[in-house]
Amino acid sequence: MDNLFLLILLPLISALILAFLKTNAAKSIALILSVVSLALTIPFLCTFDANGGMQFEQNWLWISSLHIHFHIGVDGISLPLVLLTNGLMPLIIATTFKKGYKGNFYSLMAFMQSGLLLVFTALDAFTFYVGWEVALIPIYFICALWGEGDRIRVNLKFFIYTFLGSLLMLIGILYLYQQVPNRDFEWTSFIALDLGENTQRWLFWAFFVAFAIKIPIFPFHTWQPNTYTNAPAAGTMLLAGIMLKMGVYGLMRWLLPIAPAGVALYGHFAMILCVIGIVYASIIAIKQDDVKRLIAYSSIAHVGLISAGVFTWNTNGLSGATIQMLNHGISVIGLFYVLDIVQQRTQTRSLSELGGIASKAPRLAIFFMIICMGAVGLPLTNGFIGEFLLLKGVFQYGFWFAVFAGLTLILGAVYILRLYQGTMLGETTERTVQFEDVSGTELVVLTLVSVLILYIGIFPNFLLNLSAGSVEVLSTFLGR
Amino acid sequence: MSELVWLIPLLPLIGFIVNGLGRNTLSKGMVGTIGSAVVLISFVCSCILFSEVYQARQAGQAGIIEQHVFDWITVGNLKIGLSFLVDPLSAIMLLIVTGIGFLIHVYSVGYMHHDKGFGKFFAYLNLFIFFMLLLVLGSNYLVMFIGWEGVGLCSYLLIGFWYKNSSYANAAKKAFVMNRIGDLGFLLAVFLILGTFGSLEFSTVFSSAKNFAVGDITVVSITILLFIAATGKSAQIPLFTWLPDAMAGPTPVSALIHAATMVTAGIYMIARSNVLFILSPFTLQLISVIAICTALLAAAIALTQNDIKKVLAYSTVSQLGYMFLGLGVGAFTGAFFHVLTHAFFKALLFLGAGSVIHGMSEEQDMRNMGGLKKAMPVTYLTMLMGTIAIAGIPPFSGFFSKDEILAGAFIASPVLWGLGFIGALMTAFYMFRMLFMTFSGTFRGTDEQKHHLHESPKSMTMPLIVLAILSVLGGVINLPAVLGGNHWLENFLSPVFSEGKALMPETHHLEHSTEYLLMAVSVVGVLIMVALAFNMYVKRQYKANEDARGFLGNLSYHKFYVDELYDSIIVRPINWLSSFFGNVVDQRGIDGVVNGAGKATFDIGKVLRLLQNGNVGFYLLMMVIGVIAIFIYGLLSL
Repeated sequence: MDNLFLLILLPLISALILAFLKTNAAKSIALILSVVSLALTIPFLCTFDANGGMQFEQNWLWISSLHIHFHIGVDGISLPLVLLTNGLMPLIIATTFKKGYKGNFYSLMAFMQSGLLLVFTALDAFTFYVGWEVALIPIYFICALWGEGDRIRVNLKFFIYTFLGSLLMLIGILYLYQQVPNRDFEWTSFIALDLGENTQRWLFWAFFVAFAIKIPIFPFHTWQPNTYTNAPAAGTMLLAGIMLKMGVYGLMRWLLPIAPAGVALYGHFAMILCVIGIVYASIIAIKQDDVKRLIAYSSIAHVGLISAGVFTWNTNGLSGATIQMLNHGISVIGLFYVLDIVQQRTQTRSLSELGGIASKAPRLAIFFMIICMGAVGLPLTNGFIGEFLLLKGVFQYGFWFAVFAGLTLILGAVYILRLYQGTMLGETTERTVQFEDVSGTELVVLTLVSVLILYIGIFPNFLLNLSAGSVEVLSTFLGR
Repeated sequence: MSELVWLIPLLPLIGFIVNGLGRNTLSKGMVGTIGSAVVLISFVCSCILFSEVYQARQAGQAGIIEQHVFDWITVGNLKIGLSFLVDPLSAIMLLIVTGIGFLIHVYSVGYMHHDKGFGKFFAYLNLFIFFMLLLVLGSNYLVMFIGWEGVGLCSYLLIGFWYKNSSYANAAKKAFVMNRIGDLGFLLAVFLILGTFGSLEFSTVFSSAKNFAVGDITVVSITILLFIAATGKSAQIPLFTWLPDAMAGPTPVSALIHAATMVTAGIYMIARSNVLFILSPFTLQLISVIAICTALLAAAIALTQNDIKKVLAYSTVSQLGYMFLGLGVGAFTGAFFHVLTHAFFKALLFLGAGSVIHGMSEEQDMRNMGGLKKAMPVTYLTMLMGTIAIAGIPPFSGFFSKDEILAGAFIASPVLWGLGFIGALMTAFYMFRMLFMTFSGTFRGTDEQKHHLHESPKSMTMPLIVLAILSVLGGVINLPAVLGGNHWLENFLSPVFSEGKALMPETHHLEHSTEYLLMAVSVVGVLIMVALAFNMYVKRQYKANEDARGFLGNLSYHKFYVDELYDSIIVRPINWLSSFFGNVVDQRGIDGVVNGAGKATFDIGKVLRLLQNGNVGFYLLMMVIGVIAIFIYGLLSL
């Protein structure tokens, strides 16, 4: 049952089935199919050997004239992300249960899932690039068709911006292809290349900019707040929960091992950008009135810290980045879901019009409190494990980097508690006076999210062990 | 019992879960019983544990029990376990937390009886006890940090317990954020300790720290960071302003969290890390200076406050300053002794204030009180005990602990003693002012309040009585030699402080005659202050129009405008920066460039489009020009 290809194929088949379903049963079928995907992931987790390097590899010649292979496999860095993708999909689908989406919506989601899995498992640069673009198209349609506000213009910008980054990466990939003696796109061939420092310089920028736009790292982030805000809730969850991890994963899988000398040269600069992003985005988040926008900016801060962890290039930073990618996924789904529930019931996202929900919906208030504590990284929540390791890594990199990155601890508390207070506490307003507490699928999803937040916070070693071996290997690439 | 250490924090956690889930279904009696019972069982376990440690100490052993529960975080060679440490220091702390915690749970059954959030309240209280016990029991800095941040969360939840009032919610947020500033210091210290000693376990860190030279820059940095953490949690300058605001929470919370236990966590942590601090004389001096400034500033503010809880809050800040002063001058036992006695009398005073507020139909302004001693005799007498204890009048407990700190300060520098003495005078004055304004004279409240005025129920007065007894007698556990004692506490704690003491430069002891003299001076001074307060507030009768204040009085009444200062130098600039970054830098600056690039592409396209105008003649012309250009290029490059 550990056929990786099947894991990628299944969502594709789901997408085909779902595309033609016009009934309301589509959401249930989509949920069942996504749960099957998740179930199929479990054998991989059970049989995975943390110190075994690449595993479950499958390799077929795809386009023989160009030596393009369809080559996939997972190691300790990609497996958590496969788990993230397949684990979050059912949750995201469940969050849409109260909406009237038809089969086409879920079809796009499944299609995207395939692309994401391809990105996280590809061991051939061409395969990777295909996955990278395949994942972009469905999310564009999800956001452009089901979004709100100025969605067409905003998504066009998002699409062009990230596509531009992809092209830079494509140039890099094609160049590397030219350098491989027997002309192939294999990851192993790429990282075995002995590239000169000057080459690595521009390769660094080609890959870094592509990934930095996706993540997004300051100052490539300006597409993000509008896109997140205008997307439907499920779209935002896909973008923030899973898709941006493509960028961080790209840094770890491709940029670091291919251009270590480039990273040694410019990593410092990238690090500074990440840390600026953390402080800058946190400060902006403090005064946002639109709750979704507030979380969008906070997400920039959080992924800034994750990326900083990658550029520290030590085991703590890299382990922290790997586990925090999962944690961040869980947290943002919780956050955006709660905010969507609030928006659905009050027809507003403005903090100035909200308040007092806790007295009407005590259950929601408790879940939201747990999710918020995960977001501010309180010990015994998953956020703390990630933040602790990341900041530890950053601290090893440089004391002052850790001091500035650590400001997220304080500023995060400021904006998250402001969000919590503005929505949940105080007197009820005109909009919230009729607020109904959560029930049904909402209860199930929020319970799952909260349990995950606490469980990973108390017992993180299962996930940390998963990535330990590969992180160790990756950290040896430094200064190669 | 030593294998069952984990039971002590687990029980309140179970209480939290049961009460949390059953807050709407369980009856109030049930909730109160479960909530109090789990803490009581924890207390019993702590007592057994304490007696084991005690027996070990009697037998001449160090009395240390360590227990590893499970591996928490493992990455590479970084291994952090969830493990517990019981030694003389944590054993006493356990008794304070669970013992006083239990009394306050019982008190809350009465105090919160009419509140709709009764179940939620007990769930939060139990959760607090859980985190506080983790803080105390942790055998390494990270488990301590779990507790450290966890109690901060509970403090947030309980300050904002009546969350419908947005100023209460603001106070809660302020407390959390200010604590977080300290927490960042804690976390950075943790990283530095890990980097320096390769471990976070107390035993490993302190035994390898002994090899460091006094004044080693790394150790100095670690201790400064830890002290920053302590200023947050224990409300010292510059992070003290959250504590007075925290009085927005229900009064039992103020007693438990903001007087007896959580706020002393900073002192506990520094006492625990005494080896590191002794290696860093600079930090100790810094602590002394900050501590005495905090003690005096807070005492000066307390002189003019009219809200009974605010007086006690500033008094707590001031007393915490004394404890830090003790740490700063190296009187670790004295500081911890004061933690202990302060836990008794300040919890008592807060609960007494709660009883008054309860009896006065939620009135907190002392200007509307007066003459309550007839209606509330138990509350009056117990609060009187507490007031005498805090004022430092022998033989009540506060006298001995404060005296020990002041004696330590005198050895370090007579100036510190002098300042500490002034603070003690102010303490006596504001405490008796509070007592007289509340209980003496004639009633100044409304008829409505007068009608409802009553002594509190048994569940509330019983804890008061127990705490009053402890406040009176608590001093005997560390009677100094000059008064015929044998320093029991100091001997008991010596395994915790002996390693540090060995590193300390030899200090001279006070002559007995000097010690007597210092005691006499402070007692006489305090008594004069009591007489002064009596004269002003009982003899001349307090009148509401006495609010006319001079310049200094105004300064004190307005809390030296510290909040306003922070508002204008920190809060408002950050808000401005937020708008500036969001609206100008982000939208017009960075996004402007991005959009500009897009627009430029578009515009270039517009211009280039003109070339494709479909005019065949134009194309021919271009072709001819092109051919000529190639031709010329060919000629030139020949």
